[in-house]
Amino acid sequence: MAIPAKGSVPPDPVLVIFNRFGLGARPGDRDRMAGDPRGYLKAELRQPDIAMIAYDDPAYADLLGSTPAIQASMAAGFQRKLDRGLAKAAAQPAKAKAPAATGAASPISTAPAMPSAAVKASAPAGSPQAVPAKPTPATPPVEATLYRAEAQARFDKALRAEVGFVERLVYFWSNHFCVSVAKDNIVRASAGAFEREAIRPFVLGRFADMLMAVERHPAMLFYLDNQQSVGPDSRAGKNRQRGLNENLAREILELHTLGVGSGYTQADVTSFARIMTGWTMAGREGRLGEPGSSVFNANAHEPGDAVLLGKTYPAGGVGQAEAALNDIAIHPATAQHIATQLARHFISDDPPAAAVARLAKVFLKNSGNLRALAAALIGMPEAWSTPLAKMRSPFDYVAAIRRAGGPGPNDPGQSLNWLNALGEPLWQPPGPNGFSDQGDNWASAEGMKIRLDIAWQAAQQVKDIGNPNDMLDAVIGPSASPETRQAVSRAESKQQGLALLLMAPEFQRR
Amino acid sequence: MSLLCETPHPSRRAVLMTGGALFAWAYLPRFARATDNRDPRLIVIVLRGALDGLSAVGPVGDPDYAGLHGDIALSLSGPHAALPLDGFFAVNPAMPAFARLFKANQAAVVHAAATGYRERSHFDGQDVLESGFAGPGHVATGWLNRALESLPAGDRVATLGGLAVGPSTPLVIRGAAPVLGWAPQSLPAPSGDLPARVLDLYQHRDPVLAVALQKGLDADRMALDDQMGAKAMKPRSGLDSAAGMRQAAQGAARLIAADDGPRVAALAFDGWDTHVNEGGATGRLATLLGGLDGAFEEFEKGLGERWKDTAIIAITEFGRTARINGTVGTDHGTGTVVLLAGGAIKGGRVIADWPGLKPAQLYQQRDLAPTSDVRAVLKGLLAEQFGLSAAVLGDKVFPDSGAVKPMMNLVV
Repeated sequence: MAIPAKGSVPPDPVLVIFNRFGLGARPGDRDRMAGDPRGYLKAELRQPDIAMIAYDDPAYADLLGSTPAIQASMAAGFQRKLDRGLAKAAAQPAKAKAPAATGAASPISTAPAMPSAAVKASAPAGSPQAVPAKPTPATPPVEATLYRAEAQARFDKALRAEVGFVERLVYFWSNHFCVSVAKDNIVRASAGAFEREAIRPFVLGRFADMLMAVERHPAMLFYLDNQQSVGPDSRAGKNRQRGLNENLAREILELHTLGVGSGYTQADVTSFARIMTGWTMAGREGRLGEPGSSVFNANAHEPGDAVLLGKTYPAGGVGQAEAALNDIAIHPATAQHIATQLARHFISDDPPAAAVARLAKVFLKNSGNLRALAAALIGMPEAWSTPLAKMRSPFDYVAAIRRAGGPGPNDPGQSLNWLNALGEPLWQPPGPNGFSDQGDNWASAEGMKIRLDIAWQAAQQVKDIGNPNDMLDAVIGPSASPETRQAVSRAESKQQGLALLLMAPEFQRR
Repeated sequence: MSLLCETPHPSRRAVLMTGGALFAWAYLPRFARATDNRDPRLIVIVLRGALDGLSAVGPVGDPDYAGLHGDIALSLSGPHAALPLDGFFAVNPAMPAFARLFKANQAAVVHAAATGYRERSHFDGQDVLESGFAGPGHVATGWLNRALESLPAGDRVATLGGLAVGPSTPLVIRGAAPVLGWAPQSLPAPSGDLPARVLDLYQHRDPVLAVALQKGLDADRMALDDQMGAKAMKPRSGLDSAAGMRQAAQGAARLIAADDGPRVAALAFDGWDTHVNEGGATGRLATLLGGLDGAFEEFEKGLGERWKDTAIIAITEFGRTARINGTVGTDHGTGTVVLLAGGAIKGGRVIADWPGLKPAQLYQQRDLAPTSDVRAVLKGLLAEQFGLSAAVLGDKVFPDSGAVKPMMNLVV
């Protein structure tokens, strides 16, 4: 990996706060923070609700909590099924009776149990009473509408942040505990709510609380299949002949907490899967609780004591998994795993071992207090001396472009398309280990060509660029290299000058 | 959601080259044919997420198969009957092209295969599969790239380099040997000399980005030279969807078929982690297998004359449990299949030292026991297609694997 900065001169601290820790400078930001860059970073950590996206903010009126969002998705899914059944029946009148006897059409006679919020939210898909003869293709699916509203809220928040350190922490944890909207409609409808409900409230709180909120969230339970996992000796297991699914249990140990190779065994995975049985979501009929909400289903929980990592967790329903999660949340292997990831994300692809060890120590000493961990990170000399050599991830790159050049179209479509093209579609990682955090992964041949295309498209959209040289001073500052300065100043147009700035190593690397 | 934008496709760009082409290899004149008139190519498809080999190629003749694989077991009877390969194995009915190639002796299966990795982490398993190292923890270079590097200087295959398909380069082909990146794209191309100016800046300030961007522009230019229609390149949905796999193969085939195009290529398709409602002859896995089958078919079509010199191999990090789990899916396992196709493959064979599926025969009483090493298959292909020696393969390409002998006679 080449290190672009020459010699061992430490990088400009204002560039460090905006590139290494933040989301890039907006015009005017650098001047405001030049006096005390570290102070501005620390100040973000002291603001109590800085990570939250408030429901009472009129800008976010389109957002739903995960429960109503999932209800809306279930209602829409039910309606789609109904429409398909009717279409089929209309096409084959002679056979209309046959499907009616099977599962597909039987719920027609039963009014779905739907709380008011869901009915309201699902109105665009058509109310159950007024069943249209033909499907109405003009309305986008409710899941897509929710996804775009959530995306818009995330982009807005990125644009409004002063430095964006806490937003970066949100993205870090959201990727650590990732879900994928490619899984199904339930996750597509609730992925944004998942981040607002299970990640944002805890980024400056306790790791154990975030872990608990994540693992019981319907989006995670669906993404990693736990809602279907049934204890083989539970009542449901015996009746329905369903059984264990160890997907969530394995990824909690491997990815969310201890880390692979930290000493747990296949027997631990299976045992933990048993402990996690019963953590599920209430279905559309509402038999287990409010539809779309997270519930503990005692009937599906594997009875009896269970051993995990050599410790026996006595039978105790939902408390069994809570006790296990609380223990592994503060396990030394978890501290080491989180410290490594955090240092890799914020310092360098191959973080110094000493830095990792210090972060792990802070994690353990403060029982996983994430505010203390974030403060320790910005207190480390390595954070201010290591060259800015990592590549900005696609989301950080798109956010930095918007912050430098203005918000862009009023609709998240273009930014979402850019993320797709760059290989980091929002809330759609390729696997439960999330998107890569290795800089080289984002400096691929195809990726760089697409960054060039995007930089050009973005530069053309900015209405009033002013002088690109002033823009360079405002966004990168005095440490911009002479070559970058010259390239921008010699550009053949303002648009080309801005595109060169957006492609400059000082803008790509962090 | 589609992988790429829905922006209308512009006319393909003209790329201005700065002085001193970084990648002279991309501009070499066409090569004369080798004396034997063979011009071998190797395409590696990585299926990430762990393919259920028992649902891709079912041992329908094994008396214990149907009981273990339950409702999703393949069967030779019924509405979605599996396609028989020999008296014992049958391929998933979602793969008619593969079955046809098998009959024409242009496709083969290695069953009950696994790498040397025996844990069940996807990510470590993928790292082992793609890096070619004996254990996890090596993520800088992949075995396919090191194979290119190990070829003698001036060798045609080494000179032409590799091709990585998709927005990011799969580990298997990462490394020092030159690799061209390509993915279907549909953003408006920058006008004027912006690409040249950015390249010039990178050459002075950031050589790593200079190399990457130059390669990206080169790939685009090659696609342009082949006059690929804008419509044909535009994926309708993500790279990992059935249509996306087909389109990735379509585009890659054009680049690989070119006389001065790369001779080795790597593609990675995600999404094979079927814990829930995996489906058997129909359903989720069958849809994915249909996409893979479509990719084989597109390669056959797109490579044209060059198909006869081509070997395609599809590999995955490990298999899945032999017994279905509580949610009509399968959990992480061990033994699985390797699929081979191409005119260069000595096909029509399922190569397997079948371990059996009785409880005591299963690995850890849960997975199909591995009796073939995936590395042996890969080594065999590299030896026969490109003439790499067992010593180089066992030392440099697959470090510390001297004990794993290349599986020979895979190639016509």
